Amino acid sequence: MDPATPGRTITEKIIAAHTADGRARAGDIVTVRPDVVLLNDVSGPLAFEQFEAMGAQRPFDPARIVLVADHFAPAPDITAAGAIAMTRDFARRHAIPHFYEPGRGGIEHTLLAELGLVGHGAIVFGADSHTCTAGAFNALGIGFGSTDLAGALAMGQLWMRVPDSIRVTLSGAPGPYVTGKDVILELIRRLGSDGAADASLEFGGPGLAALSMDARMAIANMAVEAGADTCVFEGDGLSQEDMARRGAPAAPAALADADARYRQVIALDLTALSPMVARPPSPADGVPVSALRGEKVDQVYVGNCANGTLTDLRQVAHMLRGRKIAPGVRMVVVPATQKIWRAALAEGLLDVIAEAGAAISTPTCGACFGGHMGILAAGETAIATTNRNYRGRMGHPDSRVFLASAYVAAAAAVAGVIVPPEDVAPVQEDAA
Amino acid sequence: MSTDIEGIVHRFGDEVNTDVILPGRYLSLRTPEELGRHCLEGLDPSFVTRVRPGDILAVGRNFGCGSSREHAVIALKAAGVAAIVAHSAARIFFRNAVNLGLPVLLCPEAADALEPGSPARITLASLQIAQGTRLWHASPLGDEVRAILAAGGLVPRVRIALGA
Repeated sequence: MDPATPGRTITEKIIAAHTADGRARAGDIVTVRPDVVLLNDVSGPLAFEQFEAMGAQRPFDPARIVLVADHFAPAPDITAAGAIAMTRDFARRHAIPHFYEPGRGGIEHTLLAELGLVGHGAIVFGADSHTCTAGAFNALGIGFGSTDLAGALAMGQLWMRVPDSIRVTLSGAPGPYVTGKDVILELIRRLGSDGAADASLEFGGPGLAALSMDARMAIANMAVEAGADTCVFEGDGLSQEDMARRGAPAAPAALADADARYRQVIALDLTALSPMVARPPSPADGVPVSALRGEKVDQVYVGNCANGTLTDLRQVAHMLRGRKIAPGVRMVVVPATQKIWRAALAEGLLDVIAEAGAAISTPTCGACFGGHMGILAAGETAIATTNRNYRGRMGHPDSRVFLASAYVAAAAAVAGVIVPPEDVAPVQEDAA
Repeated sequence: MSTDIEGIVHRFGDEVNTDVILPGRYLSLRTPEELGRHCLEGLDPSFVTRVRPGDILAVGRNFGCGSSREHAVIALKAAGVAAIVAHSAARIFFRNAVNLGLPVLLCPEAADALEPGSPARITLASLQIAQGTRLWHASPLGDEVRAILAAGGLVPRVRIALGA
């Protein structure tokens, strides 16, 4: 532990392993070769046009490109159908095996993990800001725009600044009805919407053991809402098992050196957390759910790349079992992938959810980004498990979105107003 | 990079995210003409009627945060915005802007002091922002960013690299 050359963060190690000379220290400008390049039906078509404009003949490595029709999918109109057709055509022309559309795919970030395409130490470049979801798997997911990813398609590499690292040390274990969503809403509240700018959030500590892979994905997904460039969880036995289960190539976990240098260290006690809700129009405006008790909702939306997992659907079914959605409230539930949809069907979750009066959608980004499948009218209020509640995010500029876990969202569906989940389903031993 | 920009200043606050710059419902559009019509519609639907080619935005903290949608930069450019003077800008937005040749100058003092409705002038080579008798210097740009802007964006830069 030479003080002149301090140890390295997880982020520095993973990036260094993807540069030509193995050099990557926070603040360095480096050229990085990713393992996977990910595009969707919104970012892809713009990138394909730029790829052509660059004079590129063929992508760097078709096997490492993943194209997912998930935003306007299934296509709600002719323009969207054209964008998906462009994406399908790019895949066909360049013999890209990983092209997914409704019925065989799902929401890109959840799908990428499910396909075993991301694991310990990997780097994903995605033309979507929530590419940081890959951090759950001890990988670095880094979001870019379409022209950058056109460059990545053409060259197999991009320049970037190696982020500083902010260490988040987790301890304790979450209590009943406390989820990954509550962990990240609390962290974003503390950091603010740009508190992690130019940084990678590195999650570790003894509390990690209490977080499932789905909980870790929910946390990683919203790192960008604190302004982070990316994020990464320490790899552990659970992530190792998860990789094996999904068929991801075995790779050692990337871990930080004991004397790694951090811009900031945040201690977060999971035991002390309560269910959180982020008030519009900022994901950083989190408050305990009890502070919003009685806030009326028109629509409840469970889904998206943050919280459309089987864990989330189980939480919804837990709240809805034997109950009905309140009159005047509508609920839309969107499993994140086809595989999750089928697993929820097999477990009987979809029947519980449908019986309560919720609409169940095929996997899609849908209304999360204000695209389709559940847009809000002027004056309406939604509670959603999504990741952004900006003005007009899910529809009319004068609609509002509160962000919360699937437990809290489903509780609001039953009560018709925001309530702590235990008001709807008293805590039992198995509730958490 | 020495091109001067001269235009009227429009002011917006902190956290102007890409959803309000170009709402999600328009994301299946791709042409500048179509996207430009909806520029900043989520925040100020009258903006597109006021903005003129060459105009300058003076904005607060974390401009362009949120979605990576490059449509936001295309919309701003198509509406006529020629430069943005910001307290700070979100990483992906900043890269997108540079890649498409839209300069984003980081200068909190100028972003605060620029008078909306009045003309201002930007000299890119020296990163100078001027309005009336007042003059500010924006933070220096990194080598890679300067190289991309000098090439006229990432597309021509990659074209050269590929020898295409």
